[in-house]
Formats: sequence, C-alpha cells, structure tokens
Amino acid sequence: MSLLFKNVKQLVFDIDNFIDTVEQGVLVFKEGVINYINGEKASFADKIERIDRLEATADKLQRKIDDEFYSHSLLPQNVSDIEGMIDKIDEIIDIAKDNLYQFDDELPFIPKELVNDYIRLADTSVEAALSVFPAARTFFREPLKVKEMLAKVYFYEKEADKISRNIKRKLFHDMKDLRLSQKIHLRYFALHIETVSDKAESLADMLSILALKMSI
Amino acid sequence: MIILFYLSSGLFLGWSLGANDAANVFGTAVGSRMIRFKTAAIVASIFVILGAVIQGAGANHTLGKLGNVSTIAAAFTVALAAALTVYWMTRMRLPVSTSQAIVGAIIGWNFYTNNPTDLNILTKIVTTWVSGPILGGVFAILLFMLVKKLTKKSSVHLLYRDSFIRYGLLAVGAFGAYSLGANNIANVMGVFTGAIDLPVIDLGIVQFSSTQQLFFIGGIAIAIGIVTYSKHIMETVGNSLMPLTPEAAIVVVLSQALVLFIFSSQGLSNAIQSIGLPAIPLVPVSSSQVVIGSIIGIGLYKGGKEIKYNILGSISLGWVATPVVAGIIAFFMLFFVNNVFQKDVGGDRKIHSSVEVKHNNIEDITDVNDTLLPNYSTEKQSENITDSIPTKNEQRDNSFGGFSTIYLWIGISILFMVILWLLYYLWLKSKEKRLDEHKLKSLEQKYQIKIESLEKSLKDKIHRHDDLGKELKFRQSEMVTMAMSIIRKNEFLNSLKDEIVKIKANIRDQEIRLGLNKLSLMITQDLSIDRDREKFQMHINEQNSNFIHQLTESFPSMTDNEKRLASLLRLNLSSKEIASILNISPKSVEMNRYRLRKKLKVDTKTSLNDFIRNF
Repeated sequence: MSLLFKNVKQLVFDIDNFIDTVEQGVLVFKEGVINYINGEKASFADKIERIDRLEATADKLQRKIDDEFYSHSLLPQNVSDIEGMIDKIDEIIDIAKDNLYQFDDELPFIPKELVNDYIRLADTSVEAALSVFPAARTFFREPLKVKEMLAKVYFYEKEADKISRNIKRKLFHDMKDLRLSQKIHLRYFALHIETVSDKAESLADMLSILALKMSI
Repeated sequence: MIILFYLSSGLFLGWSLGANDAANVFGTAVGSRMIRFKTAAIVASIFVILGAVIQGAGANHTLGKLGNVSTIAAAFTVALAAALTVYWMTRMRLPVSTSQAIVGAIIGWNFYTNNPTDLNILTKIVTTWVSGPILGGVFAILLFMLVKKLTKKSSVHLLYRDSFIRYGLLAVGAFGAYSLGANNIANVMGVFTGAIDLPVIDLGIVQFSSTQQLFFIGGIAIAIGIVTYSKHIMETVGNSLMPLTPEAAIVVVLSQALVLFIFSSQGLSNAIQSIGLPAIPLVPVSSSQVVIGSIIGIGLYKGGKEIKYNILGSISLGWVATPVVAGIIAFFMLFFVNNVFQKDVGGDRKIHSSVEVKHNNIEDITDVNDTLLPNYSTEKQSENITDSIPTKNEQRDNSFGGFSTIYLWIGISILFMVILWLLYYLWLKSKEKRLDEHKLKSLEQKYQIKIESLEKSLKDKIHRHDDLGKELKFRQSEMVTMAMSIIRKNEFLNSLKDEIVKIKANIRDQEIRLGLNKLSLMITQDLSIDRDREKFQMHINEQNSNFIHQLTESFPSMTDNEKRLASLLRLNLSSKEIASILNISPKSVEMNRYRLRKKLKVDTKTSLNDFIRNF
C-alpha cells in the first residue's frame, strides 16, 4: 500500500531539500569562480570544500529519493521520467563541482582583459541553472505551468553561449601576446563554465516534455 | 452435506465470478502497482460478502420472478449449465457474462418445465443489460469531467496526489466490490434460494435469513475466487482493454460501482418511487460490460479516436449468444437429470416414479417434499402436486416415446447443433481474425523497422550528399580562388613584360638592355613553366578524377588538353580566364572550345558549359 501521509511529507521535503542543495551548489560554484578570478585563494578553497559537501549531500538525497520511489512504487506511471529528471538536476551540481576542481587543479591564467568576461559568463551560466530550479519545483505541484517558466532558462543559456563565443574570439583574434597553449587552455575554461547552462537547458527540455506528457 | 454437493455448481460459478470480475474492480490498481494484490484481495473479499449479504436480495427477487427454480436438483443443474456456459465461452474467447448465462439457464428451465416466462420481466432484464453499459458511460463522462476540473485547479504535490489516488482507488474498489456482491450474488446463489430453506440464525442484534446465509456462502465462494485466481487476471487481462491512468481507473470503477449499486438497491428504488418516478429494475448486470461502457464514455469524452467500436458488437453478441447457449445447455442437462438420474426438476417435469407414487399416496410425497422444501405449506404442496399430476392423456403427450415428441427432440437437437456450429464458426472466425491481426501486426512491425532503417539510410545519404555537395562547393571555390590568383599573377607578369619591352625601347645601354632581356626571358619562362599552374592542374585532375574518367569512358578520343579544358569549363571560368591559366591566347581557348564541342557532339543550341556541368 502507499506511504502514509507523514512519510509522503518527508519525501516531499527530501525532494525540495535536494533541489535546494543543488541550487546552493550552483551558487557556490559561481562564487568559487569569482574567488579564483579575483585571486582570493582562501575563499576559493572554502568554496571547493562547500561544493564537495553539497554534492555529497545531493547524492545521498538522490539515493534516498530513489529508494522511496521504488520501494513504495510511487507514481508508477511517471517514476522513470521523474528519476530521469532528478538525475539531470544532480548532473548540474556534478558538473559545477568538476569545473571548480578543474580551476583548482589546472590553475588557468586569466588575463585582466578577460576577467569581466569570465565573471559575466559564470554569472549568466549560473543564472540559467537558477531559473530552471523553480520550474523543477513547480513540476511537482502544477506541471501545466512549467512550460511558461522555462523561457528564462533558454534566454540565459543563449546569452552564456554568446559570452563564451566572445571570449574565444577575443582570445584568438585580439590577444596576440598569449601563447596558443594559454589560449586553448582558456578556451576550455570558457567551455567548462558554459556547460552548467547547457545542463540547465537539457533539464529544461526534459521538463517541458514531461509537462506535456502530464497534460495528455 | 448433500446440500453442499448441490450448491457446488453455484459455488463454482461464484468462484469463476470472483476470479474474473474482481479484475474489473481492482485490475488497473493492481496492474499499475498502485495497490498491492494482497490489500486488494482482502478489501474486495470483505466487501463482496457484505454487499451480497446486505443488499443481494433485490436482484435475486427479479430473477425469482423470471423463473422460481423450485427443486434443489433443478437449481444445481441450472447453476451448472450457467457455469459451463461461462467456462466454455471463456475458453472459446467469446464474450460472456454470468448474469446473462444464469438468465438463459433459468429460461431453459422454464422451457423444460413448461413454466411460463414472464415477458415483462424478461424485457426489463434485457433493457437493463443494454442500459447498464450506457449508464456506465454517462457516469464515466460526468465523473471524468469532474476529476479533470479538480486536478486542473489543484496545486497538490504529485506525491500527495498519488497517495490520494491510491486511497481513492481503494475506496472506490471497496464500493465496487460491495456493488458487485450486491448485484451479482443473485447469479451465483439466486437459483438456490427457492429450493433451499435454511433455519434463521438469530444473533440477537441481527437475524440472518436463509437467503442471506446462502448469499454469505456464495460471497465466500466469490472471495475464494478473488484470492486464488484473480491475481493472474488482474496482472494480465485487467489492463488489456485499454491502459488507464489511475485517475481514469477511479472514474471507471466508480461508474461501474454506481451502476451495479443502482440496479441492486431496493432502498434507492423505493426512494425513487416515493417521489413519483418509476421503480428501478433490480437486475444482475454484467460488471465487465458496464466497465466497457465506462471506458467508451471516457474515450468519447476524449474525442472518440481511440475507441474500438467492434467491442460493442461483441457485447451485443454476448447479450444474445450467452442466454441462448446457457438455455440450451440447461434444457438438455435438465432432461438428463430428470430422466437419467430420476431427479425432480420442478414444474411439469415430475419424475415418473414419484408420479405413480403420487397417484397412490399423495401424503407420502408431501413428506418427501417436506424434507426438501420445509417452507412449503402442506396444503400448497398438495395443491401443486395435485395440479401437476398429469392425466393419462397428458402423460401420453409428455411421454418421450410419442411420435410428435421425437420430432420435437430432433428439431431441438438440430437447432442445438446449428447453434453449436454457429458458435464454432464464430470462434474459428475470431481465431482467424486474431491470427490475421497477429500476422498483420508482425508484418507491420517488420515493415516499420524496414521503413525506419531505409529512412535512416536515406537521411544518412542526404547528409552525406549535403556534405559532399558542401565539400565540392568548397573545393570548387578553392580552385576558382587558385585560378584567379594564377590569372592575376599571369596578368601582372604579362604587364610587367610589356613594361620591360617599353623601357627597353628607350634604353641604349647594352648592359642594361641585356639585363632587361634576361628579366623578360625569366618572366616568359615563369609564365610557361608555372609551379602554381602545375599545382593547380594537379588539383584539377585530383578533384575531377571521376569526371575525367567518365568523360574518357564516353569519349575515348579526347586528348589531355581537351580534358583539361573541360575541367576548367566545369569551374565556370570564362575563356579569358582559362587563357590566362593555360598561358594561351583567348582565341586559342575559343578554338579549343569549338573542337571540344565537336568531339562531345554538343549541338549549337546547348551551352557547352551547361553540358559539361551536367555531365
């Protein structure tokens, strides 16, 4: 038989908590990138530690949610879709953590001319992710309203694309002083930051399909 | 013990009803794993028994009016005939329902015992069979609209909604099981209520009449059917009609429960009558057919595209074929029970030995009947028996050795065989149809896969073609750029050469003149042996290798120069540009073009460039 309402309440809380954790992780990622670019090493190290913890919490919550769904066969008709959606949400914090670690491992040199661009890229990319989380929360309550909440995600994702392209153009067209290896290295970091918005877009696509499925 | 033996046919019918019809109540819930089978079975069993005991009398009363099967042997035979009909038609995958089978079997008993069939009651029953699914459809549409409206407006979390749906499915399932017990128990035990009279059980607060006790036993048989066999049906057949969402399942089960409740509730019927409306006929209806009606209702609300209308045909066939088959089987079985086993089946068909005894000693018979039918008053029985004692003429008419009776039996046998053949033919047809459908489906699947793979390869080809086209365009533009640079360079060198000639004309110094001559020679050499041109030529040959190969195949007499010219024309270069690349005069290029046109047999109306480009 189904869960008692008390247990359902706990699961609803866990799902909200999971999304909150990922959201926090994304914000920590943004702060971490800014710390790195501004050379604030102590703060950056703190962000690395925090995102690590948040990612671990998100994983634990995801496993718990999975277990609850399968052991009580909740929402049997939509369970695979919802599990897929939760996977996609988790991917966002995974990629944010990986990216922050890449900054820590590879120590890319960011020229002064590109500092603002990289900060803007991080900000826009994270904004795309932050716009998709309310839609994910709404999906559980009012699936039909999800679609209208996704426009912002697509907008920020496109903006992040533009900024990333702009950085690459500047690197290869204008910055003659940099070595090719540095240019390629910086190009990859633009790509890394951009992937957060790409993941948000992928989640948005999935949400819009799920919302459509629920409306039929 | 003997009573239990006679009840066995009814219990078997109850078991099969529980095994099959519980899927109509909990099929979707269990099939979609919203409710565990164990929970569903417990709830369904309890509520089926409650419905049977509390509210089963109404529909039973109507069946009693159709034909009051008065002896236990006849009741056994009638229930067995209905059970065999259900079993046999289910095996043959023909549409069947216990409600229709029992009505047919009772009519069979009426025919055999010369008991008149009340056409008004029969009409009422048949009308209910038709109106049941229609009413189910109407309820389903209304409830579905309501559910849609509620779910659209609510902003309840999906998980809470899931819990509500589960509890909702359980609640409507319980109601459905209650209504199933109330409405369908008459199919299982109805025929026995006139033949068996058990002593009233008084528990102080409540009293259980004989009918209620029989219905309780029937309810237990249905519950055993649910517990032992319905799981398989719920998990396999329960959801096969149309995959329903849990919300739609609630609607369907509730509609079915309402219909079955309406057609079994004496209280509701009385209430309706009290406000001046006609009484509701209390008749056992097929829960499966009401479910189909409800699903069709939802389908119609959704636009009616997904409905398989042929299912309506099969329901109608069930309305006609099931009672006919059950009636015939009952008729023949009663004949055997009456004549071979020498059992009293009621009505005009008293056993011969007892008839003789009745002639001799009516009192003795009364004693025997007292033990079997204790509720019958002695006077009534004597009256019945006296009424039923045939005169000598009647005995002659009813004797099975009579000439006319033989013809009657032959006629009935032929009719029976015709109906059997018809059913067999229908079964064969449906089997053939199923096979054809299966073949068609597998063929469709096969072709679908083929179509998909062809589409995929076509898409790949188109992509490849597009890529090649792009590459070709790119190469062509690359070659044109290269050609243009050669042309510009050659033009520059030619103008340089002209300038040298002009300077040389004004200079008298021999040394300088010699130097200028050397320079002019170098330019001329560069113009004639140009590395760029060679490189370009190599590119041209490489890029146009297929074209040149095809050209050589079609026109073997073509020279290398002609092939080169054709390759350059393919780049859409003008004669002047070609002249510059080949370091020949434009006039020579024109001449070469003319020769090429002749060799390629291109008429004057066609452009040489177009011909080469389309080659």
